[in-house]
Amino acid sequence: MSESLLPPVIVGAGPAGIRAAERLVAAGLRPVVVDEAARWGGQIYRQPPDGGFTRPKSALYGFEAGKADAVHRAMAAIRDRVDYRPRTLVWNCEAGALDLLSDGASETLPFSHLILATGATDRVLPFPGWTLPGVFTLGGSQVALKFQGCAVGRRVAFLGTGPLLYLVAYQYLKAGVEVAGVFDTTPFAAQARATAGMLRDPATLAKGLLFVGWLRAHGVPIHNGVRPVRAEGAERVDALVWRDARGQERRTSCDAVAFGLGLRSETQLADLAGCRFRFDEADRAWLPERDGAGRSSVAGVYLAGDGSGIAGADAAELAGERAALALLEDRGLPVEAARVKELDGRLARIAAFRRSLSAAFPFPADWADAIADDTMICRCEGITAGAVREVARSGQAREMNRAKALTRAGMGRCQGRMCSATTVELLSRTLGTGPDGVGRLRAQPPIKPLPVSAGAERREVA
Amino acid sequence: MALLQRVAEQGRRVVRFTLDGRPVEALEGDTILTAMLTNGDRLRRTEFADTPRAGFCMMGACQDCWVRTEEGERLRACGTFIADGMRLVSGGEWTQ
Repeated sequence: MSESLLPPVIVGAGPAGIRAAERLVAAGLRPVVVDEAARWGGQIYRQPPDGGFTRPKSALYGFEAGKADAVHRAMAAIRDRVDYRPRTLVWNCEAGALDLLSDGASETLPFSHLILATGATDRVLPFPGWTLPGVFTLGGSQVALKFQGCAVGRRVAFLGTGPLLYLVAYQYLKAGVEVAGVFDTTPFAAQARATAGMLRDPATLAKGLLFVGWLRAHGVPIHNGVRPVRAEGAERVDALVWRDARGQERRTSCDAVAFGLGLRSETQLADLAGCRFRFDEADRAWLPERDGAGRSSVAGVYLAGDGSGIAGADAAELAGERAALALLEDRGLPVEAARVKELDGRLARIAAFRRSLSAAFPFPADWADAIADDTMICRCEGITAGAVREVARSGQAREMNRAKALTRAGMGRCQGRMCSATTVELLSRTLGTGPDGVGRLRAQPPIKPLPVSAGAERREVA
Repeated sequence: MALLQRVAEQGRRVVRFTLDGRPVEALEGDTILTAMLTNGDRLRRTEFADTPRAGFCMMGACQDCWVRTEEGERLRACGTFIADGMRLVSGGEWTQ
């Protein structure tokens, strides 16, 4: 069989992966769609588990219910024309082949054309007490509500920055949960200035203002320019201690903290696929290079959605379809030029809006300087901020991978997903470089832990 | 005391399992994380610091929600569903 005749493989069944699959199916191909979740939708449009869940989509997704439903239906409509592999982890990518794990068994899936739509998770920085039960990410707090009908606590403090901060606080309030407060790291003035740029997308701006208005109308205190001091509690959280914009230390009792500082892309598979990376100032992260169509630096490997740069769900849908069109074009199949032009135009408009959003919710870079040496930065192995600073100060490590070798930061079970933003800041600020000056953490297979038995059951599939 | 609070979807079939030897109930479609944290306030204690943990990201990234069964099997609590008769433990330190 000619290599070019292998079915395209899509990793991820969120908005990007589904729209990519839909476009490939429309062109007569039968893509393989591999997804770690049990049901399609990704994180933002994650569906509740099968059986017994009854909330309508309007309750689960709010203003985005129409979009969520459209994405879900798109996948349902092509279900019989894709090789859909739910509950399947892609744990490695080498030239022309993926290693999969499903139901405890590993197999190798060869590919000639691959679309990576791997999504994102919350970006976090540590503060004392952040490992206490009751401290969850903002995304995780939303998953609990949407996917399980649960709140992470009875009285929840929302801390950090980014659109999710106000969205999830609003969703909790609507679900009848007491919101102890919104603790926004962004100074009020910066947010007000950035709002002008957000007029490019009045609908999104209006939603954001509605969330804030709704929270205020229900007596939820909203504080700007906040920095966390610590989450307090012995066996679980019972308060958030924070510093207000004037530098005064304050304490808010709560039994949960939902926390996040925007999102970070899941780039491990692009790295293992050999894609070239560049430092992205807006995301403050190394991202795989992609052209406007979603082509990576590796022929046959395409990138779409938040997994290769944070742009949100609407952009992910467009980018997924755009990457599929690039793939079709590269396989010598006809593509509709007008559609390509339309997608490119819409993606460009979203990109401009995202820049305003980044200005409205900037990464609090000074936070890293306030992390005490004894603060645990690594949830996996309990490594402290001081350990990372020490290897930088002593000249032993001037970049991420050396620091990892010496301190084990980034070597634990999460492979740096939860600590690498911190390690970048600690290293670069100790060494006096920018965040782009300390290299990037290289991905290692398996990109997530495998059961010990998985290797023994490895089999090849044609 | 429960860490997670149910606010919706409470009409599902009851699933019975044991937590640290104690018979408890969850609902069909609960992850192990939800099942354990609606019946208690931690998933395990860490092997490094003996401090309680209850997961963090809930989407399979942080790897901080691994739990043990009485038989010693390790499960990722946010991505595994509860089933009748599971015997889960949240107490005590464990090592890899």
